[in-house]
Amino acid sequence: MIQKFTTLTATAVPLPIENIDTDQIIPARFLKSTSRSGFGDNLFYDWRYDEKGKLKEEFVMNKSEFRGPILVAGKNFGCGSSREHAAWAISGAGFRAVISSHFADIFRNNALNNHLLPVTVSEEMLAKIFQAIKENPRTEIRIDLFDMFVEISGTGHRENFKIPPHNRECMINGYDDVDYLVTLRDQIASYEQNKIDD
Amino acid sequence: MNTLFDKIWEAHIVKRIDASTSVLYIDRQYIHEVTSPQAFASLKERGISVFRPKQITASPDHNIPTQNQHLPIQEPQSAKQVAELEKNCAENGIEIFPIGSERNGIIHVIGPQTGLTQPGMTIVCGDSHTSTHGAMGCVAFGIGTSEVEMVLASQSLLQTKPMTMRINVEGKLGKGVCSKDIILYIISKMGTGGGTGYFIEFAGSAIRSLSMEARMTICNMSIEMGARGGMIAPDQTTFDYLKDREFAPKGEEWDKAVKRWSKLRSEPNAVFDKEVTFNAANIKPMITYGTNPGMGMAINGKIPSSRGLDTAAKISYKKALEYMDFKSGDNMIGKPIDYVFVGSCTNGRIEDLRAFANFVKGHKKAENVTAWIVPGSKEVERLAIEEGLRDILEEAGFELRQPGCSACLAMNEDKIPAGKYCVATSNRNFEGRQGPNSRTLLAGPLVAAAAAITGVITDPRDFL
Repeated sequence: MIQKFTTLTATAVPLPIENIDTDQIIPARFLKSTSRSGFGDNLFYDWRYDEKGKLKEEFVMNKSEFRGPILVAGKNFGCGSSREHAAWAISGAGFRAVISSHFADIFRNNALNNHLLPVTVSEEMLAKIFQAIKENPRTEIRIDLFDMFVEISGTGHRENFKIPPHNRECMINGYDDVDYLVTLRDQIASYEQNKIDD
Repeated sequence: MNTLFDKIWEAHIVKRIDASTSVLYIDRQYIHEVTSPQAFASLKERGISVFRPKQITASPDHNIPTQNQHLPIQEPQSAKQVAELEKNCAENGIEIFPIGSERNGIIHVIGPQTGLTQPGMTIVCGDSHTSTHGAMGCVAFGIGTSEVEMVLASQSLLQTKPMTMRINVEGKLGKGVCSKDIILYIISKMGTGGGTGYFIEFAGSAIRSLSMEARMTICNMSIEMGARGGMIAPDQTTFDYLKDREFAPKGEEWDKAVKRWSKLRSEPNAVFDKEVTFNAANIKPMITYGTNPGMGMAINGKIPSSRGLDTAAKISYKKALEYMDFKSGDNMIGKPIDYVFVGSCTNGRIEDLRAFANFVKGHKKAENVTAWIVPGSKEVERLAIEEGLRDILEEAGFELRQPGCSACLAMNEDKIPAGKYCVATSNRNFEGRQGPNSRTLLAGPLVAAAAAITGVITDPRDFL
């Protein structure tokens, strides 16, 4: 089922670490499922749980004051492997958007294809968001995909973000690229024919 | 425009959607057992057939055991993933190279090795190291499972065009410096996000001088600086490598192909969004000391300090050194290690095994070291046996295992225990990559060999 994304105003979970790679998001040993569901429980597994499977109290997701459907992370989020399981794990854990100053390319595409919105903000804005959440974990962040801005509620700090028009349309309307591409099969077949004739 | 990348990209556009997004035609898709099952399942649910099964090739590699491959896979979930791949291929008319068969191996090793990967192609796979194929002059990049499904459904993808970057490495490489050192050096300078948004062409006299397999190591790791992919213009080295390989064109078709491929290069007036040049003479044997591939250093240097980094970067830096239990200012030389892993799509080809075997010839494996030597494919294994490399390895106390991704990502049994140090010729040193709480030191095959026989981090040049 494809979830539509228009606007979201909610509290956020801060993870001010840079270069969070997909092996941290979901370790390879949890990639053995042949379905798309069930990855949320293993999100950030080695940071969330100790060797005995007990919750590590110091990890942000295990602290009761930090809750919400927005993940805010340090720059270069999602670097490393192409595993879409990373996006499935984040969505599966209830997140609908990730804010960072820089996303790895493949992760960003995977997120978009799962209607998990990656929001790229400036370093300054990211620092402000972290600071606001640190000062008050109940700070709400507003993400508006219609007008493409992110705002720290109550502070007036606001910044526009970019997203390719096609991706934006898919997110807002809940469209899916597979269905669209299948409608192009004839056009793709004639491309193949022209290529051979070249 | 007029770059090698632009030429291939533009030639594959089926339709432009908007200023930044196009439908891009994909010549070849490689699939493996871990990132494809959900794509097939979803396609089935939608009632859509695979559009061009003949342009897809499968090989199980990620979670297969590297010992006793003639026996059924013991781990039930891995066995299920492999069985599912076999079933999906059979149902859809897709060629698969099953475990133990002579063409099986890591998908990025067998693509070039069988001649399926050819210059000028667009190639995708649900694996970030698909960039390896760029060494043959392809636009090759890793994709997620939803995109695997798109290519199964239409042999196409919706893509935004990346920016272009050229990285030139000029001059002569020093003694004991290999292509892994070049790419670790470049990533240490560019950072793990330095290539994000770009497709990289590697050029310059030092790159030109490299063998085909050495070029693959470079392109393989372009993803480790965040690049969409890396590529090298095809030349005589490429054509000599490809000629007579199983799926390469033959006879008159070959001559025509070489003529076509010879045009695949950036024009002298080509403009890149970014261009960087490095001097090959400055590159020394490299090793990583932290938890991302950008944290690399010359093997005979000292671990750098966090001075000059901003606050956010300092936190991450400190976390990395704590994980590794290293201190800035430490020498890397002389640090004891526990494991050596030679293999993966980065350095698991026959030239890597030759380099390692020739180095350890006449020496003995250090007693404190456990070593896993894992060929990248069945063909690499066959050559290693035929060329006598296995005998050399066994004589020195090493064992040649069977092909697979193995301890690079530790999805199978080959896991580095918690707290142990592993010198690995693979591509990622992320926390827990080789097993929970394992500590990875990335390096080339010569550094791995020097560590394997001394038991500590050693400059391979001391032996040359």
